[in-house]
Amino acid sequence: MTPRTLSEKVWERHVVRRAEGEPDLLYVDLHLVHEVTSPQAFEALRLAGRRVRRPDLVLATADHNVPTSAATPADEISSRQLEAMTGNAREFGLTLFPMGSPGQGIVHVISPQLGMTLPGMTIVCGDSHTSTHGAFGALAFGIGTSEVEHVLATQTLWQRRPGTMAVTVEGDLARGVWAKDVILGIIARIGVSGGVGTVVEYRGSTIRALSMEGRMTVCNMSIEAGARAGMVAPDDVTYRYVEGRPRAPTGADWERALDEWRALATDDGARFDREVRVDARELRPYVSWGTNPAQTVTIDDAVPDPDAFDDPSRREAAARALRYMDLRPGMPVRDIAVDAVFLGSCTNARLEDLRVAAEVVRGRRVKRGIRALVVPGSMLVKAQAEREGLDRAFREAGFEWRDAGCSMCLGMNPDVLRPGERCASTSNRNFEGRQGPGGRTHLVSPAVAAATAIAGHFALPDEL
Amino acid sequence: MKPVRRVAGRVVPLDRENVDTDQIIPAHWLKRVERTGYAPGLFEAWRRDPSFVLNDARYAGAAILVAGPNFGSGSSREHAVWALQESGFSAVVSSRLADIFRSNALKNGLLAVEVAPDVARRLMDAATREPSTEVAIDVAARTVDAPGLHATFALDDHARRRLLEGLDDIALTLRHEADIAAHERSRPRWLPRAPRPGTADAVPSGERRRGGA
Repeated sequence: MTPRTLSEKVWERHVVRRAEGEPDLLYVDLHLVHEVTSPQAFEALRLAGRRVRRPDLVLATADHNVPTSAATPADEISSRQLEAMTGNAREFGLTLFPMGSPGQGIVHVISPQLGMTLPGMTIVCGDSHTSTHGAFGALAFGIGTSEVEHVLATQTLWQRRPGTMAVTVEGDLARGVWAKDVILGIIARIGVSGGVGTVVEYRGSTIRALSMEGRMTVCNMSIEAGARAGMVAPDDVTYRYVEGRPRAPTGADWERALDEWRALATDDGARFDREVRVDARELRPYVSWGTNPAQTVTIDDAVPDPDAFDDPSRREAAARALRYMDLRPGMPVRDIAVDAVFLGSCTNARLEDLRVAAEVVRGRRVKRGIRALVVPGSMLVKAQAEREGLDRAFREAGFEWRDAGCSMCLGMNPDVLRPGERCASTSNRNFEGRQGPGGRTHLVSPAVAAATAIAGHFALPDEL
Repeated sequence: MKPVRRVAGRVVPLDRENVDTDQIIPAHWLKRVERTGYAPGLFEAWRRDPSFVLNDARYAGAAILVAGPNFGSGSSREHAVWALQESGFSAVVSSRLADIFRSNALKNGLLAVEVAPDVARRLMDAATREPSTEVAIDVAARTVDAPGLHATFALDDHARRRLLEGLDDIALTLRHEADIAAHERSRPRWLPRAPRPGTADAVPSGERRRGGA
């Protein structure tokens, strides 16, 4: 039999129909739904008199739009959208973790916690960061609202078979270099469209040594390289994370599942359409300087000079980005002062991220004048963090300790940057206006975000 | 969806690469529950700059947007497609379109066309030099025509047929109901199901005993 890659194996197991000249019809094992990209899909179902085919394979929550503190209530339009989610879940018989429920949180954080995200599954959501779930060896990708409607009605999707790409990272990470730096380093190398049309499989000793949280951070940002999805083959780290989760298989089923999962890894001799190798020893803590996630340098570098780019469109994009970011070429990254620090998002708001950051800020104070926010990825993460006393470390340092949601990652709720404000953010996108109109975003790891909050400018924990 | 056979008209040249969907329609517009009302949000931030190409009266009423590579990157928001259509665009041409954007566009009958980089460049230059340049895109023939330019583009048969006939995807898929049901019978029984409504909050309590959440 022809050797196959992980993504090809998962794909093949889900083909419902294949015909010449057509995309494949793929079965969807889990459909994650949130309030922002679903209301028009439910409305279309209603108008056509259609039902949800498999309500038991749909998990819904409210995350993008929810306020994260009582002091910042939702506006009227947002409230209407949150109510629509609740109404649609009730009407179509879906499981919803609404605002205020202990199970609520960012959709990509709560599904793995519940044991709903398992190896070998197909998972979709009307959200581009669905790639997060690939950390378990699931094939998971973002879709638009029309496709949300299609999956609700049919539990399937028409998809063209994507290309395959291997990104192999080998070696030990230096102290202070985290999963976030691994993925920022990868995107810096392959570019924001380097993965378009492909599923990226992350391989190598560096990836194997990452925790599930770290692997989720890496897979989460696959879309920032343009990839359809990112995946890591499941291994003992995966199985240890999954075992005992509320919806994970148990007993004899667990053994059966393990047998299937162990067969998922890419076969020896399987070919990828493209292969990229990264030496982990070259990776350092990264800080983005521009307005896309490939415009990054290491914290030891200076802001680049647009004239140093050979390609004219790159040069112009860099010059534009520096104008927007109000940065001068040659300025050392460590000299850039920030107005705000955001610890949160589906990229970096899991317990491990909060532990790392809390360790940095414990017994220290946020630099005067800086607004610093911690927004846990889920209410369960929040509760566990509080049991460990992480909230005290953050609060005593001067951070605001919030409820779960997407919050300042995309500025749909009241947590937004003001025009011109500069933010060190653990989120995934530094696009113009992403965290609020006119706001300036620098992407960093939780460790650098925490250290930056204390120092007032970009810094490493060891430098405090 | 209405059938889309041919798009013809003037062209707006948006000569930037990696235009992400946050620029096409900023997030605060996504709070709406309707499918309409997004035109005022199209490129909202960039339109505040009087020199932005969409503010140039010579391009008013254009049907086609030509953009730099990797147009529509980032967020999966279909609102980006709705905002473009509502603003009068029937086609987007680029040397490379982001995957989700391209899929969203075709689902809505916004003709998303990938052409060779030199073709995109020539269209961009022609529209920049002469805003009255007319371009025609033919779905059946898979061709792009402009004065002195004739090019083809790739579009799989399935997508082409859907556009030409304006087919409803869901109705098409439900013709394969038997295949879907057969697949469902073959799925391993241990695959997870959502906790039933009402019991949902009780479920994650298993989390307590874990060190990690």
